[in-house]
Amino acid sequence: MQITSASQLLELCGERNQSLSHVVAEYEAFRAGTTVQAVRERMGETLQVMRASVEKGREDQGELSRLITGYGRLFAEADQKGCLLGQSLFKNAILYALSVGQYNASLGRIVACPTAGSCGVVPGALLAAAEELGSGEEELIDALLVMGGVGIVSAAQGPISGAEGGCQAECGVASAMAAGAVVYLAGGSGEAVFGAASLALQSHLGLVCDPVASLVEVPCVTRNATSAVTALAAANMALAGIPALIPYDEVVGAMKAVGKALPESLRETSLGGLAATPTGQRLAQRLQEKHRL
Amino acid sequence: MAQIGLFDIVGPIMVGPSSSHTAGAVRLGLAARKILGSQVKRARLELHGSFAATYWGHRTDVALIAGLLGMAMDDERIPEALDLARAAGLEYTFAQADLGDVHPNSVRIYAEGDADSITVAGSSIGGGRINIFELNGFEVSVDGSYWVLLTRHRDTPGVIAEVTKVLAVHGINIALLDVSRKARGSDALLLAQTDDPIPELAVEHVRRIPQVLTVRTLPCF
Repeated sequence: MQITSASQLLELCGERNQSLSHVVAEYEAFRAGTTVQAVRERMGETLQVMRASVEKGREDQGELSRLITGYGRLFAEADQKGCLLGQSLFKNAILYALSVGQYNASLGRIVACPTAGSCGVVPGALLAAAEELGSGEEELIDALLVMGGVGIVSAAQGPISGAEGGCQAECGVASAMAAGAVVYLAGGSGEAVFGAASLALQSHLGLVCDPVASLVEVPCVTRNATSAVTALAAANMALAGIPALIPYDEVVGAMKAVGKALPESLRETSLGGLAATPTGQRLAQRLQEKHRL
Repeated sequence: MAQIGLFDIVGPIMVGPSSSHTAGAVRLGLAARKILGSQVKRARLELHGSFAATYWGHRTDVALIAGLLGMAMDDERIPEALDLARAAGLEYTFAQADLGDVHPNSVRIYAEGDADSITVAGSSIGGGRINIFELNGFEVSVDGSYWVLLTRHRDTPGVIAEVTKVLAVHGINIALLDVSRKARGSDALLLAQTDDPIPELAVEHVRRIPQVLTVRTLPCF
């Protein structure tokens, strides 16, 4: 059993007359020589780690991160004071994504999804949506399996690292994975899942990887939050029946081609973009002087 | 095409901030610890390329020491690894080094225990995955996803057949097999990566092969 593309995965579901989440679980069970039940249990444990990283990240003061300081906490406090705009879905997606990103920067335990640099996007969008929808544990596990399916399809056809493809390959793919999962959780079809994934990734094409001082902090952590919000917007548009027009597989192909066209300075080398700004360089220099080998 | 693992995409579960510079570094340290097979007392770590350039931001140093102490990449004690090393009596030094034409995220580790010492060089190749490319001066390729049988033996005809026969008798399937030597008739190394764990009895049988000098098994890491 292989998963090579979105169109092939959807065909597989049709042939077997099985749900998207079940086909992904069976694929992994077959691949790893285990059972569908064991795959679901492991996904349940992964969900617990995601939840814990949201909770701990929200309290994190940022003592171990180098540039950022307790972003989840700042956002939560501002929300409690009533300083923020919008409803809980929108605000929680930002809060959870910031919290997980902050926790990662603070040497906390997270789920790389698909990478550590983009670890806040899926928990942000998906856990906020699950609260809004009142989803149960098994439904969330189904959505996470679908999210993983979108990720496998992406990795089979394109880069999922900033060094290869820029931030579009990390936060962009994470946003596509999250958008697909949210649509599935909301009861959307397999086609709508990949429609949402397509819309989310379309909004990230060209995004460069330009971390200040080579840290997974600026702009990574706030970008995780905006990518989570983009995932929700893409999910809503797909649920409304707005077509992506360009199939997900082709968007991944475009992302790969754009990644190749990006100069090395914009692929995680911290030689271009925000890292190369006067302020970015000043911050990097200050930190480097403090921590010489 | 290799099948992509679901939990390689939704995962790994790891301590941040970077899968390549933190999680992969923990695994490289842990690999050295497991290859040594005992508590590490002294270590020298040579950081190459991007590891040397950005270790201070991604805590590559802390991560490597955590691995040498036996921690896995999701161990929540990783941030305190340097303090724990002091408490455990592990002495270590870091240096910058040019390891040649290797992956930018590479390290060479000299690790010493009470009875033995080893040299391991490896790369963190992304997403927490690693590749050990040098072991005690021999060229190898180990990613930690298989069980490993490692022998040092005299380079003579028939040794490899004898070793693989022992594995066959014990019903152990070999996934990958590497053989290398420094010169004809000198010390040679056999590295079998297997789908199944290697029982102590099989190790004992390999040890009895006259030309075999040392035998070691490694679990997956």
